[in-house]
Amino acid sequence: MHWFMGFLSWLGETPLSRWIAESFWAFPALEVVHVFAISMVFGTVVIIDLRLLGLASTSRRYTAMAHELLPWTWGAFVLAAASGSLLFSSRPVGYFEDKDFGLKFVLMGLAGVNMLVFHFVTSKHVTDWDRGPTPWAAKLAGALSILLWIGVVYLARMTGFTIVQGGA
Amino acid sequence: MDGFAQWLATTSASATIQKTLWLIPVMQTIHIICVALVFSSVAMIEFRILGVSKAQTMAQTAHRFVPWIFSGVVVLALTGAVLIVGEPARSLPSFEFQAKMAFLAVALALTFAFTSSVRRHAEIWEENSGARLMTSALALVALAAWCAVVVYGRWIAYTVVH
Repeated sequence: MHWFMGFLSWLGETPLSRWIAESFWAFPALEVVHVFAISMVFGTVVIIDLRLLGLASTSRRYTAMAHELLPWTWGAFVLAAASGSLLFSSRPVGYFEDKDFGLKFVLMGLAGVNMLVFHFVTSKHVTDWDRGPTPWAAKLAGALSILLWIGVVYLARMTGFTIVQGGA
Repeated sequence: MDGFAQWLATTSASATIQKTLWLIPVMQTIHIICVALVFSSVAMIEFRILGVSKAQTMAQTAHRFVPWIFSGVVVLALTGAVLIVGEPARSLPSFEFQAKMAFLAVALALTFAFTSSVRRHAEIWEENSGARLMTSALALVALAAWCAVVVYGRWIAYTVVH
């Protein structure tokens, strides 16, 4: 673990990290990009989850919706990860040691597992329910996904309070 | 506005919000989630306008997503009001906050106009017409205004307090 903390300390001292930390506008501008990106990730995920729960878009085929929306979800996710990495690099040790920040990645991991279980198990028989009511396993995946992503947003917001006194 | 903000900061409501440590982050979390729902709903309508998504008619797309925009804005206003009462000096007098509200008014007005246009003339979206081009242009202006709301909203946190 010692080498990893060393890496984080080194990362925080690179010119790009120092610029993000010290510039008047770099950090807020990256936050704005991050907000747009997570908005698209969260919004498109919820649109699909509500379809899985049978609460919205019920007249549409599930696979058609997923095919249309998931490229936007993943594109926005890459943008969120890139802007998030740059934000992280402005204070790597501080973020790494923050409990809310760590827990956020635990919940994102669980959201990933939920997605993989849905993809490899539940959606095997998608042709049976593509147009009609969804099975309980699909509803469970949708509900878990919404709850986990709400948790991710909450912990991300809390990080801003716990890492810096006063928050920003 | 400065005087009002200073008065609001002395009220017991403001003190209660300040003292309840979980309240501000929870309100901000709900606020961010509604930003995501509103922004994504706007995006879905823009995708239909731009022809990125053609599976549904414009009337169907508007019916599915417009209610989320307006109810999302109501929740945003309520959580935003709690945040303002909690820290009036941080928001009310700031240029960023005022710019955000101005762009919000523009975005809401254009979204209202667009919605009533779709309700009255749903057919123009299923054919090529001059009216469609005009309404598309307005919808893109609305998208730009929504983006400005988000940008200024985040920038309120970086207002230089005089």
